[in-house]
Amino acid sequence: MEAATRSSRGPEGTTVPGWVLGVVPLALIAAAIAVFALLDGPGLGERNGVPVEELAVERTVLRPGEIELTVRNTGPDPVSIAQVAVADAYVNFRAEPEGEIGRLDDQVISLDYDWQEGSPYAIFMLTSTGATIDHEIDAAAETPEADAGFYGLMTLLGTYVGLIPVALGMLFMPFLRRIDERWVRLIMAFTVGLLAFLALDGYLEGLEIGGESASAFGGVELLFLGAALAYLALTGLSRWMDDRVESAKQTGAAGYRLSLMIATGIGLHNLGEGLAIGSAYAVGALALGAFLVIGFAIHNTTEGLAIVAPLAKSERPSIGRIALLGVIAGAPAILGAWIGASVYTGELAVFLIGIGIGAIVQVIVQLLPSIRDSEGRALHPLSITGIVAGAVLLYLTGLLITV
Amino acid sequence: MDEKQHKLSRRRLIAGGATAGVALPLVHQFVPHNGAHRALEGAEAATDHSEHGAAQALHGGGNAGPTFRMGATVDHGANGFNPTEILRDFDWGKTTRLASGRVLREWTLVAGDREIEVAPGVKYPAWTYNGRVPGPTLRCREGELLRIRFVNASEHPHTIHFHGLHPAEMDGVPGMGAGLVPSGGETTYSFDAEPFGVHLYHCHAGPLAEHIARGLYGAFIVDPKQGRADADEQVMVMNGFNTNFDAEGNQVYAVNTVAFHYVNEPIAVERATPVRIYLVNVLEYDPINSFHIHANFFDYYPTGTRLEPSEFTDTVVQGQAQRGILELEFPYDGDYMFHAHKTEFAELGWMGLFRVGGDNLQDASKKAAYCDVAELEERPA
Repeated sequence: MEAATRSSRGPEGTTVPGWVLGVVPLALIAAAIAVFALLDGPGLGERNGVPVEELAVERTVLRPGEIELTVRNTGPDPVSIAQVAVADAYVNFRAEPEGEIGRLDDQVISLDYDWQEGSPYAIFMLTSTGATIDHEIDAAAETPEADAGFYGLMTLLGTYVGLIPVALGMLFMPFLRRIDERWVRLIMAFTVGLLAFLALDGYLEGLEIGGESASAFGGVELLFLGAALAYLALTGLSRWMDDRVESAKQTGAAGYRLSLMIATGIGLHNLGEGLAIGSAYAVGALALGAFLVIGFAIHNTTEGLAIVAPLAKSERPSIGRIALLGVIAGAPAILGAWIGASVYTGELAVFLIGIGIGAIVQVIVQLLPSIRDSEGRALHPLSITGIVAGAVLLYLTGLLITV
Repeated sequence: MDEKQHKLSRRRLIAGGATAGVALPLVHQFVPHNGAHRALEGAEAATDHSEHGAAQALHGGGNAGPTFRMGATVDHGANGFNPTEILRDFDWGKTTRLASGRVLREWTLVAGDREIEVAPGVKYPAWTYNGRVPGPTLRCREGELLRIRFVNASEHPHTIHFHGLHPAEMDGVPGMGAGLVPSGGETTYSFDAEPFGVHLYHCHAGPLAEHIARGLYGAFIVDPKQGRADADEQVMVMNGFNTNFDAEGNQVYAVNTVAFHYVNEPIAVERATPVRIYLVNVLEYDPINSFHIHANFFDYYPTGTRLEPSEFTDTVVQGQAQRGILELEFPYDGDYMFHAHKTEFAELGWMGLFRVGGDNLQDASKKAAYCDVAELEERPA
């Protein structure tokens, strides 16, 4: 309030309410922009250079005899799709809505084309100026209809790769509670290694997807935005919980809280994993099978271990609370699979992967104190061994899954 | 398309479905197909070009063949030329009898810059001779003296380089004779009409590929002294447009510029009547082009410089600037496809139809094979 009081008395001693000094420049900025826009940039003259035509294909749906593309104008100028060719042959098509696509607007074009299962297709859209916008379908496969059976399958898939493996990993808890504190530190370090590798993995995937989907809504920057958002939100949550349990700060509560944070971080990561599985299934690029499910199971079992590690030397939480941890960490894979298979876009995927990364980094920061040795060092031979082992294990189990 | 026709085409679809096994020989018949069916319904709702109805039924998209978006056509009026007219448009120039008794034949060609619609909705910034692509089909007789006044009204320097026999200074290349004709400049090329055959002319300014690809070319026909037998004569310049200017192949392929034009407006010919096609390939950025006719064969005269055909065939391949004369007759009524048998080009626009006989036959104006000297305007040299 001191600042407000000071600013309300100008140098000349006039009395103006403090908020007015904030609102006036805001209003002036708005007015200046409005005038500039109304007068179409006075003094700047005609638009310089040729129109820049950009379209991003946001969604590809294949039905028998038909390829449907949802395109968005991501460039600065309007675009008209005049003709479309699939595999170097012009095809008949419908557009909805008809006509020119304005900036940031989208259009659904349905191509009349007898595609063949498993074949790759190169599509080019010829605009009214003769520019071409390319789109590739890696391997054609009928897009599943999003009905109850489909969501059921995605639920089953999410359960197989998320919920069950995490729960299995958590079965190590009784073992962890028996072993020496030194070994618990090793396992915590092992968890840090796992998580660090998961973050790296997500980062690389985010870069890949973000690089592909050049878009008006951004590509790679969404990865960092998501990561920062998740990191800060979880840090805020953690601090808030700290404040709440300040009075009763026992080891037990602290251990469960840490487990909860890890479960949340891993849950957000598994959301991204489910997304990848669901979207791959939707475009027919996923070889559903026992091998994939087993791969994910082994991979995600280690995540269950990470969740229960902080509970090793704390008070034993109730079965219900342990189950809750498992659900928080595993169930998002189901949600991710639903999203991925139904409303998948590159931007959304990058953003959600970013959130997973931010969450994991936050968890690593939270875990670091628990791997410190008696001299307060986070990196000591035992922890380094654990970190490396965790990263290598995840690398190896990661080889089993290729989405 | 009116309601009756709509129902008819729907019934044909259903009939096609019931007889899929025996429908195979009907190349243009609709193959039963969900996607095509749906898309066709949409297209029928969207279009009302009844004059194109027949062609649409033949090329319905999907398994029925490549097509541009149904209902969409090129605005020939805005283009300033129509490939249907270009097909039989031979420019005989202006003739004068010289004192020696020799015929002097003169043309004026004006280079300009013009945006043309090469496919429905697709504009291409072309460079043209006399406002059209291909440029006028210049036609003369062996032994005549030719004078071509070239006016450059384009913003870019250009030339006209003729394929034929002539001295270096008349070759229309930079650095020789008139060399590059600057914007606003003009020159006159003069040489003898030889040898007889079907040739071409094009701009030879650099960068050469672009100056050709932009549209500065045309057919140049020298008739033999004795002329050729009467026939329904047509000129087909196989070209294409690299609309995105990446210099890697073309996006649109055609004969006489407008892709799929002769599918929308089939070439009307009479049954059992000689047809002579002067075929020239000017296609840039692709190594070869070809011409194939359905259900028929033709006598092929490479470059038209011999009076004996080299081959009796239904397919001929030409590299850029290769050309030849095709002579054929259609023994049966009906629609017959012709297209590049580089099928990629066919599906990207280089495809058309001959419509032989029947009620749809337009007045196919048979032209004399060459201008009779008796009709020439006499003027002292």
